Amino acid sequence: MLTKRIIACLDVKDGVVVKGTRFAGHQVVGEILELAQRYRDQGVDELIFYDITASPDGRRVSKKWVENVARVIDVPFCVAGGIRSVGDAKEILHSGADKISINSPALENPGLISELAAVFGNQCVVVGVDSKRQNDDFAVYRNTGSESKIQESGRRTLEWIAEAERLGAGEIVLNCMNQDGTGSGYDVEQLAQARAQLTIPLIASGGARKVDHFERVFRDAGVDGALAAGAFHRGELTIPDLKVELRKRGLEVRL
Amino acid sequence: MSTKVTVIDYGIGNLHSVLKALHHLGATVELTGSPQRVAAADHLVLPGVGAFSDGMKGLTARGLAEPIARACEAGRPFLGICLGMQMLLSESDEFGKHAGLGLISGRVVAIDAQGMKVPHVGWNHIAPPAGGSWPDTALDGTAPGTMFYFVHSFVAAPSDPKHRLAETPFGNQKLCAAVKRDNITGFQFHPEKSGPAGLALLSRFLSA
Repeated sequence: MLTKRIIACLDVKDGVVVKGTRFAGHQVVGEILELAQRYRDQGVDELIFYDITASPDGRRVSKKWVENVARVIDVPFCVAGGIRSVGDAKEILHSGADKISINSPALENPGLISELAAVFGNQCVVVGVDSKRQNDDFAVYRNTGSESKIQESGRRTLEWIAEAERLGAGEIVLNCMNQDGTGSGYDVEQLAQARAQLTIPLIASGGARKVDHFERVFRDAGVDGALAAGAFHRGELTIPDLKVELRKRGLEVRL
Repeated sequence: MSTKVTVIDYGIGNLHSVLKALHHLGATVELTGSPQRVAAADHLVLPGVGAFSDGMKGLTARGLAEPIARACEAGRPFLGICLGMQMLLSESDEFGKHAGLGLISGRVVAIDAQGMKVPHVGWNHIAPPAGGSWPDTALDGTAPGTMFYFVHSFVAAPSDPKHRLAETPFGNQKLCAAVKRDNITGFQFHPEKSGPAGLALLSRFLSA
């Protein structure tokens, strides 16, 4: 049986790893390679690197650090940040990334999802979605890496993820913005609704701090992977402890 | 002396990780798309991610199918990974019917989802098929139940059950995770993306 994936997320800004709260007030937490290597050694199942300044600045994620990551990492990793074309994606994938994730550019040009899937296969194409609660619904935001450029996209989350799947996305990462950086747990309700919309894998993001949060999101929302950043960076939760505990509680994880 | 290994470059996919892993293990690695170099190779690795027909086109356009077959017949250690494994089979159904290298008889078929999610992406266990075992294979020394990283939507179905080296559970089914015929081995999963367990497999292949 496929194991539930534990994913460490590294937000990269100006070449270092940063972490904010509710997508703002970013602080430097460490060097890219050092953190990547540490999580790999701890048994992380996958890494996601977000160049959070790339889209708002209208530039692409720099290729150099992707190559350096590929040199030290032998587990799958995904790179996101301003990938706007097949050419951009090719450069990242040929630098050694296993997947690319698109967020704001997919909102501007949904056809990009199909183009990327046709060339690289849908297993390579992750669509990242930044979603905020709005009354009884969920709204998609874009350019969330910049406090000054963040804006509503005008799309509803549950409709958008279903459309992304139809267009050829191989996986959805759903960042629940209300939870981001709070440590109050994943938005299980939203993620369960998202899960019901999809047949492709869904990765939960935003709010993880405790083992209970992972257990709940796997059991109650049925997600395929759960991502955390701050809890791992700050050492509040270590990957081996988390996995051993989840295994004890009867969840399939890779030890 | 370090093992010489030839990685076949046929213009598809990302070869970065495979090369890096082989270098890391101390092998002398040659990346080539030349039929002469492939014919002269010692150990051969056929990597690849992508569509079956694109992969076969890449091999045939470069005149690589024949030297690969000859190297295999000559008993040289040969390892296919992911698409590189699938192309060892006779035929694939991916986007129409396409002939493969035919070094292991059987077909490549779409994973039958049966309510599960496809692509099959992530870490999954492997084990020998019922009655099978791994001594003297590329999986010798790997404990059944060890997890490897998979990412695929199609799966090999060798016609001879004895060519099925390993399986991975998928709902109520068991998908073919590795094939073997004599000196030819194929892994559906990615040893180069499977951390220490994957490196151990590549190391075993290099020592064959």
